[in-house]
Amino acid sequence: MRTIKGSLHAALLLAVLSLVSCNTGPETVSLIGAGSSFDNPLFSKMFYEYYRSRGLKVNYQSIGSGGGISQLINRTIDFGASDVPMNAEQDSLSGAAVLHLPVTASAVVLSYNLPEVTEPLRLTSEVLAGMFLGRITRWDDTGIAACNPGIHLPAVPVVIAHRSDGSGTSNIFTTYLARVSEPWKTIVGRGSSVNWPAGLGGKGNEGVAGLIRQTHGAIGYIELAFAMQNKMACAKIRNRAGHFITPDIASITAAANIPIPADSKISLADTQAADGYPIAAFSWVLFYKEQHYQHHSAERAAAMVKLLSWMIHEGQRYSGALYYADLSPAAVSTGDAILRSVTYDGQPVSFNQK
Amino acid sequence: MQKNHVKYRIGKSRAFQILTTVLAFSCVIPLVAILLYIIRAGISRINWQFLIHIPKPVGEVGGGIANALLGSVIMIGMASVIAIPLGIMGGVFLNEYKKTRLAYWCRLSVDILQGVPSIVIGIIAYFWLVKPLGGFSAFSGSVALAIMMLPIIVRSTEETLKMLPDSLKEAAFALGMPFHRVLLKVILPVGFSGILSGVMLSVARITGETAPLLFTAFGNPYISGDPTKPMQSLPLLIFNYATSPYKDWHDLAWGASLVLLLWVLFLNIFTKLITQKWKVQL
Amino acid sequence: MDTPYTIPAPVQSPAPIAARAAARIRRSFRQIRTENVFKNVLVITGLLLVILVLGILLTLIVQSLPSIRLLGLRFLWGKTWNPVKDVYGAFPFLVGTLLSSFLALAISIPFSISIAIFLGEYHPRGWFSNLLKNAVELIAAVPSVIYGFWALAVLVPMVRSFEKSIGVQQPLGVGIFSSSLILAVMIIPYAASLGRSMIQMVPSPLKEAAYGLGATRWEVIRSVVLPYTRSGLFAGILLSLGRALGETMAVTMVIGNTSILPKNIFAPGNTMASVIANEFTEADKTVYLSALIELGLALFLVTVVINIAGKKIIDRFTHE
Repeated sequence: MRTIKGSLHAALLLAVLSLVSCNTGPETVSLIGAGSSFDNPLFSKMFYEYYRSRGLKVNYQSIGSGGGISQLINRTIDFGASDVPMNAEQDSLSGAAVLHLPVTASAVVLSYNLPEVTEPLRLTSEVLAGMFLGRITRWDDTGIAACNPGIHLPAVPVVIAHRSDGSGTSNIFTTYLARVSEPWKTIVGRGSSVNWPAGLGGKGNEGVAGLIRQTHGAIGYIELAFAMQNKMACAKIRNRAGHFITPDIASITAAANIPIPADSKISLADTQAADGYPIAAFSWVLFYKEQHYQHHSAERAAAMVKLLSWMIHEGQRYSGALYYADLSPAAVSTGDAILRSVTYDGQPVSFNQK
Repeated sequence: MQKNHVKYRIGKSRAFQILTTVLAFSCVIPLVAILLYIIRAGISRINWQFLIHIPKPVGEVGGGIANALLGSVIMIGMASVIAIPLGIMGGVFLNEYKKTRLAYWCRLSVDILQGVPSIVIGIIAYFWLVKPLGGFSAFSGSVALAIMMLPIIVRSTEETLKMLPDSLKEAAFALGMPFHRVLLKVILPVGFSGILSGVMLSVARITGETAPLLFTAFGNPYISGDPTKPMQSLPLLIFNYATSPYKDWHDLAWGASLVLLLWVLFLNIFTKLITQKWKVQL
Repeated sequence: MDTPYTIPAPVQSPAPIAARAAARIRRSFRQIRTENVFKNVLVITGLLLVILVLGILLTLIVQSLPSIRLLGLRFLWGKTWNPVKDVYGAFPFLVGTLLSSFLALAISIPFSISIAIFLGEYHPRGWFSNLLKNAVELIAAVPSVIYGFWALAVLVPMVRSFEKSIGVQQPLGVGIFSSSLILAVMIIPYAASLGRSMIQMVPSPLKEAAYGLGATRWEVIRSVVLPYTRSGLFAGILLSLGRALGETMAVTMVIGNTSILPKNIFAPGNTMASVIANEFTEADKTVYLSALIELGLALFLVTVVINIAGKKIIDRFTHE
């Protein structure tokens, strides 16, 4: 008995020691980032390819856009990723300038459960706002019928499905509604979590999609990638130029092909691009302008800037297969300018643009 | 008259037995249903490659859960090392000093701890360990998990010890044994099965927990054994993949769930086999 | 080292006697000191547990100060949760939490006790009971995310058809009832496992005496086993309730997530834990974050109140 216990103890000690020493060796630079769960699939592909070609390990976890921003403020990560730019309060909490680099663009699509309607539904911003405010309650309402001439709409109640969890997707959608509808702006406003006047909440995209699929007459908003992966019906939304646009990768990239301010903090909602989908948005990577803070080394800063530059150039080739939109040329050139302004101890961080 | 009454009582007893059996087995129905659901979705992904490779991004063939498996084992091991001795001692304290004020508050505290949501414990561990030390680590995750294990271990130890007859303890004292020997050599071995079932239940609970690890262990797409760095765990991986829009990531999540359940099962059986000879039946 | 005191054999000379006696006295003192040290360690452990929970309370209070300063006590009975306008009211979530947890407890108690009796009384040994024991523990190991997915895919449609058949106004399937059902499944192991250990430890002489008096199985269980294990069973039930109050992932997927006060158990609602889990990672304002932590504090206080009340009830039952 004693020898068995003794040998068990020895084996345990040996196992623990070998596991702990698993990661000793020269301290190679590896980066850590966190934030938007929307970006997660794209980043996992990009960072995997980057590791294969350049050997740099990047640990990215999707804890949410807000989580990414607060971890960046606490300086526990190298870069954050967010579908929403930092607001004034977060800016003041961070204590230093934070740069926003657009790395991809996303779209929010309206999916619905109306098996009787065989063609894609067409919706205008007024109708959308009316439905989500709870003012348009039936599908055979005159407002909806006006946008869809020739389509027979059933006399079924409208069931709204929205996100129960805070999310960048909600933020993009409510930003759009706040822009195009004065009543929405005053009554509800925009945010990652809002007080929805009507409807049911589902957790995550699959929660909303599940609600839509199970309820006849439901309409809800989900990410484009999700809708395309699961082959869900999407509505065509009328943009500012008056065209009804089908959400797809081309129309999102087109939405971003507009003049972009130097800090790139622009909302693509209700874009002025003629063939752009109106409910689109950039997704940004956030990092400090002055990279020398706490124990942050120059090697890390250089590695990160190289990574980011790769992401907006070569990395973009991985977007299409995963249903992410390529960055427009305007966005890429703004991104290059932003990267050139990163400093370490006041000196610009060098990186080759191979 | 007498006979009929006896028959009635026997009938009641039989009816109760049937009722108990039916209710007991109907609990297993949801478990079986969930297992079938997971198996149907995930069995196709499980093979040796699945267990020894790290995850690959969407669209790539292959990939597995090696980093999560290792991470779970390490973090649960560390959490157990912290929680089990502390929990058992807590249970012993509550039993030895039953009537004191401190015991009342301690018991209350432990019961309250059981009701704290796992995400709040994760947030607390974040404020206590991650923020001051400036980074995520597997160790902080283990501490959060250990906090969650404590109530179950403490309460089951206390209740087990409460059920033991006082004569055992008094006999040992009468022989002149010092208190710690009475405890370690007499009381704990006799109450072993109750304490062990409490321990196994608490391990089962933390094996499936995601929320406490979100802000502490953080996750890691690569294999790492370092407790001072972020580490991946099975439930985190399952959560991330199950809530993504891609079908092959969903399959990965179900495969990982199956592995997790099988692992808990084997841990239970393994522990029972090893500790067979340490049990003392009254 | 510490051998029991034995009467020494007669010795020849006085010096060894004195030396041995002195050694014995030193041993006794050392033994007493070790015992005291050990007892102190026990007390320190108890103290540590209390300090841990107090520390959690303190951290929660400190982190929710911004929101407490802004809203004060209105937080507890406010009915609106509007993060955009910084209006935070926790009342609907309080109701949702209490409703779903107690309903889940009510549903699960018959099952937990049945398993405890079945495994503790009728079939304490054998491969079959081991199988059932493992199955019950496995219920605790399934990640709550999986429970949530399964409940959404399988349970919700069943509840929806059930609601249609009993004529509920809006048969959505999601709601307090569905979340109570899945919670009930999840909390079974805690009361069942603890109860089973307790029932198994009832001393045989007690039961045999009852059988000797001519009691049937059921009567022995009702009048000997259950009263003897009362405190253990209640402890297990309290553990189950605690688990129900704090569960997040599974509940959040099937409860419907509205901030409107639920009208009946078939209506959608929300619980405090699920709101925290849903919105914590995306909270972008300090006040919002601290409001969420204040929600955690409220849940903590609710748990305190329920536990104290529960203990009073248990005391009344076990000391009558």
